[in-house]
Amino acid sequence: MISLQPVARADAPLARRNPVAKLTAALLFTFALMTTLDPVAPAIAIAVELAVLPLFGLRPRELARRAWPLLAGAGGILVTLVLFAADRSGRVLLDAGPVVVTSGVLLTALGLVLRLFAVALPGVIVFATTDPTDLADALVQNAKAPARFAIGALAAFRLLPLLGQEWQMITMARRARGVQAGRNPVAKLRLFVSTAFTLLVGAIRRGIRLAVAMDARGFDAGGARTFARRQHFGPADWLLVVGATALAGAALGVSIALGTFRPLIG
Amino acid sequence: MGGVRLRGFGWRHAGRRAWAVRGVDLRVERGERVLLLGGSGAGKSTLLAALAGLLPEDSGEQEGTIEVDGRPPHAAREQVGIVFQDPQTQLVMARCGDDVAFGLENRAVPAEEIWPRVNETLARVGFPYHRDRPTAALSGGEQQRLALAGVLALRPGLLLLDEPTANLDPGGAALIRSAVADALDDDTTLVLVEHRVAEALPLVDRVVVLEPGGGVRADGTPEAVFGAYGTALADEGVWVPGRTVSPRRAAAPAGDVLLTTERLGLPPRLADTDLEVRAGEALAVLGRNGAGKSTLALLLGGLLRPGTGRVTARPELAGADARTPPHRWPAPALARRIGSVFQDPEHQFVTGTVFDELALGPRRTGAAEAAVRDRVDELLHRLRLAGLAGANPYTLSGGEARRLSVATALATAPRLLICDEPTFGQDRRTWRELVELFADLRDGGHGLVAVTHDAEFVAALADRTVTLDRPPATPDGTAETAAGVRR
Repeated sequence: MISLQPVARADAPLARRNPVAKLTAALLFTFALMTTLDPVAPAIAIAVELAVLPLFGLRPRELARRAWPLLAGAGGILVTLVLFAADRSGRVLLDAGPVVVTSGVLLTALGLVLRLFAVALPGVIVFATTDPTDLADALVQNAKAPARFAIGALAAFRLLPLLGQEWQMITMARRARGVQAGRNPVAKLRLFVSTAFTLLVGAIRRGIRLAVAMDARGFDAGGARTFARRQHFGPADWLLVVGATALAGAALGVSIALGTFRPLIG
Repeated sequence: MGGVRLRGFGWRHAGRRAWAVRGVDLRVERGERVLLLGGSGAGKSTLLAALAGLLPEDSGEQEGTIEVDGRPPHAAREQVGIVFQDPQTQLVMARCGDDVAFGLENRAVPAEEIWPRVNETLARVGFPYHRDRPTAALSGGEQQRLALAGVLALRPGLLLLDEPTANLDPGGAALIRSAVADALDDDTTLVLVEHRVAEALPLVDRVVVLEPGGGVRADGTPEAVFGAYGTALADEGVWVPGRTVSPRRAAAPAGDVLLTTERLGLPPRLADTDLEVRAGEALAVLGRNGAGKSTLALLLGGLLRPGTGRVTARPELAGADARTPPHRWPAPALARRIGSVFQDPEHQFVTGTVFDELALGPRRTGAAEAAVRDRVDELLHRLRLAGLAGANPYTLSGGEARRLSVATALATAPRLLICDEPTFGQDRRTWRELVELFADLRDGGHGLVAVTHDAEFVAALADRTVTLDRPPATPDGTAETAAGVRR
């Protein structure tokens, strides 16, 4: 199930910040970390991210529930690298026939997993603490995003949970018609494609109906809109952006000072 | 404000040969309440879209003139509000109040005026919740009331309603009608398209009938129009008030038991249910929204695994397979024995033409090609689809799509047919055809189960009814075990 609702306590000091400020802070933090390939800077970043969790009103358990695809991805990276990495340098830790695990392999894998978490967690935190309506409002009001895009995407998001129910209905309707794949993988794939097509046709028709209903209420008027819900971008929001940049810089600084910094380019 | 004037108006959608609507001369004065009628395909919805300024110039070809307040409709857009059929695709925002505010924001109403107007409009349509309530937590009738509020908040001089209750159960439909009756100002013009004429009449003082070939056939007070044209309109599918359909009772007593359920349930959607389905009998399953009627239909149809209890097919229905529950039968075996007709016909369509759609089931269950052809031709004629064999199922009108979905379920000649709201939103003509068809099937020894809100359908066809109670929710959200059936 796709969950779009925030799980954080809304009154936490950082969860309350302007959504655009949160998003900008997360993006800056992430981009800074992506400049290096070493494991030290991401490790520091993860420590920072976990340290600010309480300020966002998030408990580690809620974060883990949101971020479980990351954990699965990390497991995948570890297994793949341990089995297939070309670079087999370093001390041999385990030699089991075709599988040779060396310290070099483990270090590379660990670095990648740390990077994955360090880069992805800020985004997870932002979306776990931000109401989608607030985000769209702030994008329009503070980031000057076109309302046609931001509010339109918000309305489309509202229809997303329907897709799961639709898929189930279409599958059942096909079984009632005598169409079921059974165990044949080719038939399964064909049925999947055709079910997806039916789902898509339905989604497009709903999308068109929604767009017409929105235009009928003046969404396509093209003039200035007013805002029923005001989003403010104040000094505290600037502070969050500056703070995130400073912390990312500090993480890179430590990495450079320790001599582990490995720039992505060059 | 809100006056309408059409002179020889016509519209042809781009890429179509036929005119959707043509030769309409009509004048509606401010404050009039008009019911717009016409058989299916007469262009009622196109006319409303034109009045709402929702037909862009490049999307088709216009004939004659159309004016709202003396201006072309796209220039008078802020004067016009329109409510459509489907509540799901009219709500934009996640919270009720935000949704009503959406239109006000678009029209650049000053921010400090928005919330007072939202509150006032929600109160006017009798909306029972606080404006922070999530729109996803509303029933269909409540969502439609919210959509109405979103339109009324803009204070339109001309309100257009395009079958606003067609997707709602009777309770939800009554909510909308009372909200419209209470919320309209005296000087607001109303143009309403609605199949169920008797329910709509208290809202209107004038009836306009569009001629399918073009032009206006009748125009006047409801008494005058129905007095002069009632019979012809009823034959074309309009639900003319006061004309009942003579019921079709079973010719013989019910036959063998085909299917039984024992404590069948699926918490929290359906409480435990015991019932018997017999050959040669039409069984109507009634109950309020949320009682699990659709879930029961899916369980009986072998499409869902029961949560509690079981569905048992008798050898009369399943032969040697009677020992396995229907939800574990292979799909082709299921299609030969139990046909299911879904609430939304489009969920059922798999192929690109009406012919292939009807041929699919027989081919899947291993019929020879010549036999498939005969069967398809017979169904095409019986369900008045013969001219549409090459058409794409997704391009059919509502009534055609419904007839096709019933025909596809019949194509494999199942002994038992299970229908979920088969008459929802149908015009009178299709409605009568469905009653006749189901009655013929029953008298031919088939079993029929229909989940329905349609009291007239029950009166015309059902031999026995079962009423489901809403599953009682326990604090943890699961249903208690309880007798869910009253007889």
